[in-house]
Amino acid sequence: MREINVTQKLEKSKDFLRKLQEESGQDPGQCFQCMKCTGGCPVQFAMDYPPSQIMRMLQDGLVDEVLNSFTIWTCATCSTCTARCPRDIDIAQLMDTLRVMAFHKRRFNKAKNMRVFHTVFMDSIGSHGRLYEVGLALGLNLGTGNLLQDTDIGLPMFMKGKLSLLPHNIKGMNEIKRLYDYAKKIGE
Amino acid sequence: MKLSYYPGCGLSGSSKELDISVKAISGPLGIDIVEVPDWNCCGGTSAHSTGHFLSFALPARNVVKAEKTGCDEFTAPCPACYVRHFLAQKQLNEDAKMKRHLENALGQNFDQSDIKIKNLIEVYIDRFSSSNVTKPLKGLKVVNYYGCALVKPPKTFKFFDDPENPKSLEKIMDTCGAESIEWPYKTECCGASLCFTNQDVVWKNGRDILQVAKDSGAQAIVVACTMCQMNLDMRQAQINKKYKTNFNIPVMYFTQLMGLAMGIPADRLGFDKLYVDAKPLLHSLKLL
Repeated sequence: MREINVTQKLEKSKDFLRKLQEESGQDPGQCFQCMKCTGGCPVQFAMDYPPSQIMRMLQDGLVDEVLNSFTIWTCATCSTCTARCPRDIDIAQLMDTLRVMAFHKRRFNKAKNMRVFHTVFMDSIGSHGRLYEVGLALGLNLGTGNLLQDTDIGLPMFMKGKLSLLPHNIKGMNEIKRLYDYAKKIGE
Repeated sequence: MKLSYYPGCGLSGSSKELDISVKAISGPLGIDIVEVPDWNCCGGTSAHSTGHFLSFALPARNVVKAEKTGCDEFTAPCPACYVRHFLAQKQLNEDAKMKRHLENALGQNFDQSDIKIKNLIEVYIDRFSSSNVTKPLKGLKVVNYYGCALVKPPKTFKFFDDPENPKSLEKIMDTCGAESIEWPYKTECCGASLCFTNQDVVWKNGRDILQVAKDSGAQAIVVACTMCQMNLDMRQAQINKKYKTNFNIPVMYFTQLMGLAMGIPADRLGFDKLYVDAKPLLHSLKLL
């Protein structure tokens, strides 16, 4: 097992942890490791660290490990952890804020699919105001290299009249553009 | 009652049957649907995974537009959209900094938002009674699947139902004349948008949910969430292929079954849009 100096780690990650607390409104220091979050997490089997371990890592200042973890991108925001936490920590909110921070730092590690998906999704809304599903599917499959993903359900979807081949732009695209520009300007 | 209605991207595309059935049952229940004018996507999972401002501003723009229609209540049938709009209104009213950002971005000032943001179950639960039922769904055995987004986290949304063992769909199904079977997977998460980025998770969770539903003796699964519906219905064939199972369990929206019980013909409730055909089951029970 690798040794770490918690005092040094905490000193180094002080600013990040303060920002995390400010943005999420949550204090990971409140966690006393009962592991209810991990016990109830429906996607824990696909994570590299269970949610309770992420909490402990934050307490020890292991910020790089947390930001590089697959866990923060695997969390489905179902909030079962939040509903059951005896310390009233909104763990799903913490995961959400960690994702945002990792996204801004361009830290994706194993989460290439998530990077591509969220980027294509947000670009689609930025261009049309609404999600253009065909564009999302194409962008996702090209970006991830999983060219055949869900091609089996595309045709049935189209046959059932659930897929429109062309995008539809909303009238207020100028407002959407202003919102996107503003987000870029304030860096949030 | 005038209801401000936000269909969202799902209901105008891949979840059309929910849109169709909501529109079919609302009139007879005294609900006048008014679509939010020129609505935009709420940003889904991606906006709140990638930034703070857009995840608030995108749904907030819709809330402001809904407010102007003079409706008393607002609903987004997709629970993910509902959650985003509920939170956006809360921020609009309570988070002065975010509100100022939105006002700066759009160059307008916004008042307090008072429109009541409800999820779809809340819209119907007190407006639907046995007096609306003309064709009880006798003999239909279902499990009700709420998924996660509708009931959790309870402190934020103050949903009237129990977050671990909700009963509101049971009440609605009981009024419809169907039999609800108790089961332990009511609020398990289906994996939601991981269906795009980590399909193994959604297939495994879907397999577990379908298996427990089957083992519980249900003929069909009743849902209230578009993401759950798609992951269990549209992906049922993928799950069968992956796990060599042979599930053939219809996954229907509670609004489709309400419509059927109200005597509305099946072809006006979007049953033809489902992937796992529900008609053989409904025929065998003489419900069609």
